[in-house]
Amino acid sequence: MALKYDDVVEKYEPTLGLEVHVELNTNTKMFCGCSTEFGAEPNTQTCPVCLGLPGSLPVVNEVAIESAIKIGLALNCSIAPFSRFARKNYFYPDMPKDYQISQYDEPICVNGFLDVEIDTDEGVKTFRVEIERVHMEEDTGKSLHVGGATGRIHGAEYSLLDYNRAGIPLMEIVTKMVPGTGKYAPQVARAYVTELRDILRSLGVSDVKMEQGSLRCDANVSLSPMGSGILGTRSETKNVNSLRSVERAIHGEMIRQANLLQNGERIIQETRHFLEESGETRPGRSKETAEDYRYFQEPDLVPVAPDASWIEEIRSTLPERPSVRRKRLQAEWAVPDKEMTAMINAELLDTVEATVKLGADPTKARTWWLGEISRVANEKEVEATSLMNPDQVAEIILLVASGELTDKLARQVVEGVINGEGTPREVIEKRGLKVVSDDSALMAAIEGAIASQPETADRVRGGNIPAAGALIGAVMKATGGQADAARVRELLLKHLGQE
Amino acid sequence: MSFIFKSAAEMSAALSSKEVSAVDLAQQHFDRIEKVDGDVHAFLHLDKEGALAQAKTIDAKRAAGEKLSPLAGVPLALKDVMAQRGIPTTCGSKMLENWRPPYDSTVVTRLKDAGIVILGKTNMDEFAMGSSTENSAYGPTHNPWDLSRIPGGSGGGSSAALAAFEAPLAIGTDTGGSIRQPAAVTGTVGVKPTYGAVSRYGLVAFSSSLDQAGPCARTVLDTALLHEVIAGHDAKDSSSINAPAPAVVAAAKKLDVKGMKIGVIKELGGDGFQKGVSERFNEALDELVKAGAEIVEVSCPNFEYALAAYYLIAPSEASSNLARFDSMRYGLRVGDDGTHGAEEVMSLTRQAGFGKEVKRRIILGTYALSSGYYEAYYGSAQKVRTLIMRDYEAAFAKADVLVSPTAPTTAFKIGEKADDPVAMYLNDIATIPVNMAGIGGMSLPCGLASEDNLPVGFQIMTPAMKDDLMYQVGGTLEAALNSKWGSSLMSQAPALGAK
Repeated sequence: MALKYDDVVEKYEPTLGLEVHVELNTNTKMFCGCSTEFGAEPNTQTCPVCLGLPGSLPVVNEVAIESAIKIGLALNCSIAPFSRFARKNYFYPDMPKDYQISQYDEPICVNGFLDVEIDTDEGVKTFRVEIERVHMEEDTGKSLHVGGATGRIHGAEYSLLDYNRAGIPLMEIVTKMVPGTGKYAPQVARAYVTELRDILRSLGVSDVKMEQGSLRCDANVSLSPMGSGILGTRSETKNVNSLRSVERAIHGEMIRQANLLQNGERIIQETRHFLEESGETRPGRSKETAEDYRYFQEPDLVPVAPDASWIEEIRSTLPERPSVRRKRLQAEWAVPDKEMTAMINAELLDTVEATVKLGADPTKARTWWLGEISRVANEKEVEATSLMNPDQVAEIILLVASGELTDKLARQVVEGVINGEGTPREVIEKRGLKVVSDDSALMAAIEGAIASQPETADRVRGGNIPAAGALIGAVMKATGGQADAARVRELLLKHLGQE
Repeated sequence: MSFIFKSAAEMSAALSSKEVSAVDLAQQHFDRIEKVDGDVHAFLHLDKEGALAQAKTIDAKRAAGEKLSPLAGVPLALKDVMAQRGIPTTCGSKMLENWRPPYDSTVVTRLKDAGIVILGKTNMDEFAMGSSTENSAYGPTHNPWDLSRIPGGSGGGSSAALAAFEAPLAIGTDTGGSIRQPAAVTGTVGVKPTYGAVSRYGLVAFSSSLDQAGPCARTVLDTALLHEVIAGHDAKDSSSINAPAPAVVAAAKKLDVKGMKIGVIKELGGDGFQKGVSERFNEALDELVKAGAEIVEVSCPNFEYALAAYYLIAPSEASSNLARFDSMRYGLRVGDDGTHGAEEVMSLTRQAGFGKEVKRRIILGTYALSSGYYEAYYGSAQKVRTLIMRDYEAAFAKADVLVSPTAPTTAFKIGEKADDPVAMYLNDIATIPVNMAGIGGMSLPCGLASEDNLPVGFQIMTPAMKDDLMYQVGGTLEAALNSKWGSSLMSQAPALGAK
């Protein structure tokens, strides 16, 4: 009988380890002046340095160092006053120098942590993920293996190499072993990568697009029999290209490993490849015979020794932690959990905040962005922020608040702005969307409505207040929606002696 | 009138006074090369077209009254390890037989900017590994003083070109003595500047932490003139010194050593040094005393380990630096016939493309960096390096400059030590410590050994960034010896190409 997840977590205790590679969004590469822009024609963003031509030498990109320090500080790490680059030696066709410039025993940031919150059976619980190190390295080129069944180099007819990516600055963020997550291991892994992604985005150091590979996660997990305290052999799952996949990969690996152990088999230390469709992993490179990278200090680069005052300067400019900010905004705006999540998932938190900062009511701002504007955006398959900007939305909300527009009119203004008819003011002008605030005009319409529905009017006179709705509706229709419904109601009830 | 036997300074004066044109001067050198290089084999490649075009440009500028740098129009021989755009750069290896760099090394850029006329590329031990130029894949270079003997190495081609009057200036590179030892055995002058004084950008790396390019010529002043052209900070090389270069030309002209303390390193003399070498060295010391210097004896006890440590550090770095020659992007490719995979092609190429000595060092270095051996080998060697630096520090506390014979023997016969790598390595016993410590060193001729009538080199070592001192002492010694002999040593060099 194969073990199900619930059985697995009863019998085994997982230990997590997460390695995240982040491509920095510096304008130029780690060790040369080539552009880092994504999607250029193959091999158009290269030079003697990133191609590793004989005689060329690397020079460190200062902005990348600054980004590394920002990341380290945001992850509560100590910043090494002195760190070095090292060479990691191995052969691969897309490695221009057949060694990668990386950091080994002297990384730039060490010993940090990141707290993540998980919904558990006992309510929201905080898990601390300890960070072992953050180090800098250069990316390799990209290989495309053509022909052959597997898409791998073995069996391929030929391979195409693109060195545009070679030398793009990468940060590797490595956790310590994360014990004690139990059945929540997959959620903790996902929450960690999510929080990390949000932090990196708030720091502005990376595009953090998992689907484009600017954020890549290797998810390691091992199992030990419950209570045994014996650490199991881990597997390392690569190709985990979305937050959901992180969770699924750990979940799937735990089940796979537990079933092997259950059958008395052993876990092979290896890298595994995550399969998006099935949520399973297939074996990759075996790590049984540890590869010897022959690390040694990179003699072409001087040590990185950031000034203490520079580090403090960077620390003082760090943005608010995304999780802290979310909590603060949720409290300030009094947003229910579900709505908050919706806003975050729609990636509209920044936009709503910007709208609120312009004076808009938080609930209104949220409702417009997540409601009408998102609906149109979905229809048109574009980003909500490409349709309107916070200035326009705030302006409309303020016009409603001051009574110059009704909600119904506001909807038309939004439609006009999205259609490119101009600013909210211009749309109001062009479409003639002013609220009818002239009481005498309203009274004329009210009398018209009473005349056409005398029986309804009588019922209201008789104290049936809800019946007024039909009359108000008629007035609104007569005024083309440009009347303030509240005012109409007030005038109508007074007229029918029901104050 | 022939100018080839003149010094570069004299050629410069003749060019300024328009006694000779740069085109004429270049042509005279090509004629000389035509006449003697069949015997000497100093050059691997001649760039007549490029050289004459550069010479023509210089002549035109001079005719137009433009201000030119002192060496504008003077010809130069370039060691084949320096990248020059569009010109074969083989490093003496089959591996790079057809490689033409798409860029100029910083040294070449500075030579071109100074209007120097690059005649061609000179022979060398493959990837600068050797002390005799016998390890060139393109056949050995012969010592102009005795064609049956080696011209030193690895830069034997550059020094032989000077000694054969095929060029008045040359560029060498020195990792363990590859400028100074060839200078010593060919009766010419060669300088290894302080590590970082001359940019390594475009110098095809052998051992990055030891490699240093430097000037070679037939006189101390010519060497100084070339030194000032190539030295100075370069943003493309992280290890480049960011400080003003010392005024070496002025120092070479000072001709004054009164009151200077000259330290003789006890360990670099006596046993193992050829008698005639020691004699000429001691006579040179007498000349310095006559000129007013004080001789002190100093001890550097850790030099005993220098050679062993060097043969761990240099091969270790080389094993990584040479990894890029994998046939994927440039250079030789063997076995690409559709029947071999990428790894096999890499392997076949390296098998065919690298010579015996290069393979020996790659294997040695790979082993020394392997996990489990790193500390015992590479780690210990780095510690020895520190001890050597301390020895120098202590010695420089007692003396302004340090001196020794450059090489323990005069030029040996071609083939004599080809099968005994350790005997070959011992030839660099006096030059290697300088590279290990990153300080400056010069070799200049101090006469002919009595037993074989072959040139002997006198080495002057100066503290880091005080390269001017070796020019000051070297210039003074050269003048004293020339006046003692009644002419320069080079004027006694045998005539070549008589047949």
